[in-house]
Formats: sequence, C-alpha cells, structure tokens
Amino acid sequence: MTMIVKKTTQLIAGLIFLYGIYVIIHGHLTPGGGFAGGVIIAGSFILLILAFGSDFLRLTREEAGSTLYENLAILIVVFLAVSGLLATGKIFFLNWIPKGTPGELVSAGILPLYNIFVGIEVAASVLTIFLALVIFKEELAE
Amino acid sequence: METAICIIAGLMIIGALYAIHAKDLLSAVIACGIVGYGLVICFLLLKAPDLAIVQIVVETITLIIMVAVVLDSSREEHFVKPDGKGYMSMAAAVVMTAVLLYFFILAVGMLDPFGSGSLRMASQYINGAVELTGSVNLVTGVVFDFRGYDTLGEATILVTAVLGVITILRLKGRK
Repeated sequence: MTMIVKKTTQLIAGLIFLYGIYVIIHGHLTPGGGFAGGVIIAGSFILLILAFGSDFLRLTREEAGSTLYENLAILIVVFLAVSGLLATGKIFFLNWIPKGTPGELVSAGILPLYNIFVGIEVAASVLTIFLALVIFKEELAE
Repeated sequence: METAICIIAGLMIIGALYAIHAKDLLSAVIACGIVGYGLVICFLLLKAPDLAIVQIVVETITLIIMVAVVLDSSREEHFVKPDGKGYMSMAAAVVMTAVLLYFFILAVGMLDPFGSGSLRMASQYINGAVELTGSVNLVTGVVFDFRGYDTLGEATILVTAVLGVITILRLKGRK
C-alpha cells in the first residue's frame, strides 16, 4: 500500500482497538458487548495486516497465538459457567458474585467477566479465520 | 416508520437481485453490501442498537474478505445456459415459492399487530431484568443470564467453525 494508507492506519488502528475494549467493558451498561467488541478488535488487526502486507513467517506465529487465546477464552467461559454450579446451589450459569448498584462500571456480578472472555474469544476467532485465509494464499503461491 | 422500513427493504431486494445478475463479481459483492447496510438502518429504525453495532462490524469485515477473495481469483462469472433439467428446477422453485407464500400469508394473519409482544416471557424479562441480573443493558442481561445456554452454544459454534476453516485450508502440516 502507499505511504498515506500506512500512516493513516498507524494513527487509527490503536483508536479502533481502544474502542473495541470500551465496547466490551461497558457491555453491561451501553449497547454492545462481547460479540460486537470482539469483532471491532479483530478489525483493527485486519486493518494493520491489509495496510502493511503479510510477512509469512510472522503470520504463522501470530496464528498459533490467536488459536491459543481463542481456546483458552472459551475454556474460561465454560469454567465461569461451572463456577455457578460449584459456588452455591446447583444452578449452571448462576450469577453468584454480588451485583452492586446497577449503572456503575463494576456491577452486574459475573456478567462483565462473561463479556470480556467472550470478547477475547470472538476477536481471536475472526482473526484466526482471516490469518488462515492469508496463509492459505501464500502457501498456494509457493 | 413502517413506510421507511418498506422503502429500505425494497432497496435491499433490488440489491440482492442485482447481486445475482451482475456480470462482474466485484460489483456483485458490493451489491451484497447494500443488503447488509440496509439491514443496519432497519435495526436502527426499530431501536435495536446492539444488533446494529454487531451487524455493521460483521458486514464490513465480511465485505473486506469477500473483496479480497474476488480480487485474488476471477472477476468473471461462468454462465451456463439452462437445459431441460434447469427449466424443471426453475418451475419447481416457482411452485415452491407460491406454496410457501400462501402459508406465510395465512400465518401472518394470525399474528398480533406489529410491535406488540406475544410471548409470555417477554414482559417478565423487560420488567424484572435489572433487579434479577444487575445489568442496566437489558440485552446483556438476557444474553448472558437468562439465555446463557444459547450464548455458550454460539461461542462453541464459532470455535468449531474456526477449527473447520483451519482443517480445510491447511496445505502443509506443522512440525
């Protein structure tokens, strides 16, 4: 890509990443949540890859990392669901952490934790699919 | 508001029809984008900002991936002239559409008027969600608390989809 695209991407990608984190963390207060924020975060990485081109060896390493994060995040979501089973009573998906006052950033018990880990999982999944396509193209060209 | 939604739905149908008949695959992909972004405006008009955010982001990323795929492969679409079998399939499709449309109209006649909730659980969710879940955003309360199993299923489906993509697209084994 040209110089203009590269410079603009350098300036914007960080802001997009921060906006994704904002959407995830405020998921229980404002519209948005784990799924939307995760795709926004993946979008910032995809923008960087599209603007700066692909370095094959580095991308393979990135793909290994994003696969790992994706699997760990979905595992933690399952553990959070099981923690409701273990903490009190016999209810799967129980919201057992104290709820606090509605409307504050730290409130709603376990829901923000679900939002954060589902966000990580979605971001890593979308990024992994994109990286798999790019690596497939480069392997085909060799 | 209903007229606005009707106009946007009409535009979406025109975009979808153009996407089927376009000669150039790149313009077909961009015409598919009309459908997605029209849906975003519909969601905003229907006061569903959560859905609108997800739809606009997912639509943008799918469009980017589709454009990249089209630019790397061919931009021409192969057109095959339909033979006897093809005309039979077309007739079957038209008959099937007519039958489905008939039953659809029958079913719509029995529904409640547009906008009024017909589910018994809906009012319970709307009135009691903030006390029960502590979440001000009602959608998060429903998605992660009342319907937690659904969300777990969706997240698992995403992981399975990624596993499938990697399995199919891997040409060389990793050491």
